[in-house]
Amino acid sequence: MKPSKENIIARIGHRSINSIWEMGVTARFLLQILWRSGTSVRRFQLVIREIYASGVLSLIIIVVSGLFVGMVLGLQGYQTLQTYGSENSLGVLVALSLVRELGPVVAALLFASRAGSAITAEVGLMKTTEQLQAMEMMAVDPVARIIAPRFWGGVISMPLLAAIFSMVGVYGGYLVGVVVMGVDDGSFWSQMQSAVNWRDDVLNGVIKSVVFGFAITTIALFQGYDAMPTAEWISRATTRTVVNSSLAILALDFILTSFMFKGM
Amino acid sequence: MERTTLDLWVGLFVVAGLAALFGLALKVSNMDSFAGASSYQVVASFDNIGSLKVQAPIKSAGVVVGRVSNIIFNNKTFEADVTLKLNSRYVFPKDSSAEVMTSGLLGEQYLALAPGGDSQNLVNGDKIKLTQSAMVLENLISQFLYNKASDSSKNSSGSGATATPGTNP
Repeated sequence: MKPSKENIIARIGHRSINSIWEMGVTARFLLQILWRSGTSVRRFQLVIREIYASGVLSLIIIVVSGLFVGMVLGLQGYQTLQTYGSENSLGVLVALSLVRELGPVVAALLFASRAGSAITAEVGLMKTTEQLQAMEMMAVDPVARIIAPRFWGGVISMPLLAAIFSMVGVYGGYLVGVVVMGVDDGSFWSQMQSAVNWRDDVLNGVIKSVVFGFAITTIALFQGYDAMPTAEWISRATTRTVVNSSLAILALDFILTSFMFKGM
Repeated sequence: MERTTLDLWVGLFVVAGLAALFGLALKVSNMDSFAGASSYQVVASFDNIGSLKVQAPIKSAGVVVGRVSNIIFNNKTFEADVTLKLNSRYVFPKDSSAEVMTSGLLGEQYLALAPGGDSQNLVNGDKIKLTQSAMVLENLISQFLYNKASDSSKNSSGSGATATPGTNP
């Protein structure tokens, strides 16, 4: 059929309705997870297993990327600040950019591609091989037994990973700035400490990472749970997890930042 | 994987995460040394505060003794009313003076508090009467040029004898 004008408009309408519908279903899915989290609290061993899968196994990529991001910040910041003769403020630059933005956001992006995609693939394959239906046959609630522990594992891991990322990054900046470039050790830390505020900067960064944790795990689990039980759909769901959660992280980051650092 | 190894790794991970959080709190940030400490507030009015901001430090003899907690424009006196939140550990005489200063040539602005000689100390709700406004670079330059111009005109008119150095404003 030739694409007529009405056809295109109808397609736009279909797309918009679809995306709104999907958002609503995701929100209901999140509520359902929260509602049936009782098992995860009672059998915390299930959550610990998922913290291992999504947290501990992401540790290496988080530490290495944090170190390199911090070192790059140290190098670039030193080059720029040196022009103004204020390379002593390098600690402030490194710490504030890591704690406020890069720590939570980059850690969340890495988490989405490292752990989020794994969750989607795992849950999607469970659905394809009818493990989830088999559980339902045995009167085991798959949301309580499979989905909720993965959700809480991710939500607990995310802020810890972001904090580790920031801390390692600060030491990366220290390594380049102080050890290699020769910025004064004392002023690096003392200027950092006087400029970084515990509540306004560190705590807001932690809040960001918690929000990102909720967003990533919800999207990843929903994509896996919602996937059609074919190989093609699982690959599509995995891709969509990474794309959607990356977009969600960046959009949420803008919204949160505009609320947190208004007029500062 | 065996359950105990799993627990061990997760435990290590959680401990490392919490340690990083504590590190951020204690090593990277100042844990807000004035948040828990008791403080008192005094008000000072300025003709011009320059670019002084809320949360700017208040220093006396170079030591941070408090922070600016509020800045409003007073519609009766047409001055800026600055509320100073001072740490209760530090006391200042009633006739202390406040001045808006700049750290470095282009650095951030802060309030410098110079103690006076009064026997009574500032208490919560007091007003600092002696204030000195921020230095505005444009005014300073125009003043300088004006003085230069008046100096040269005096010299050229031959009445240099009446021009006494050191009376410039």
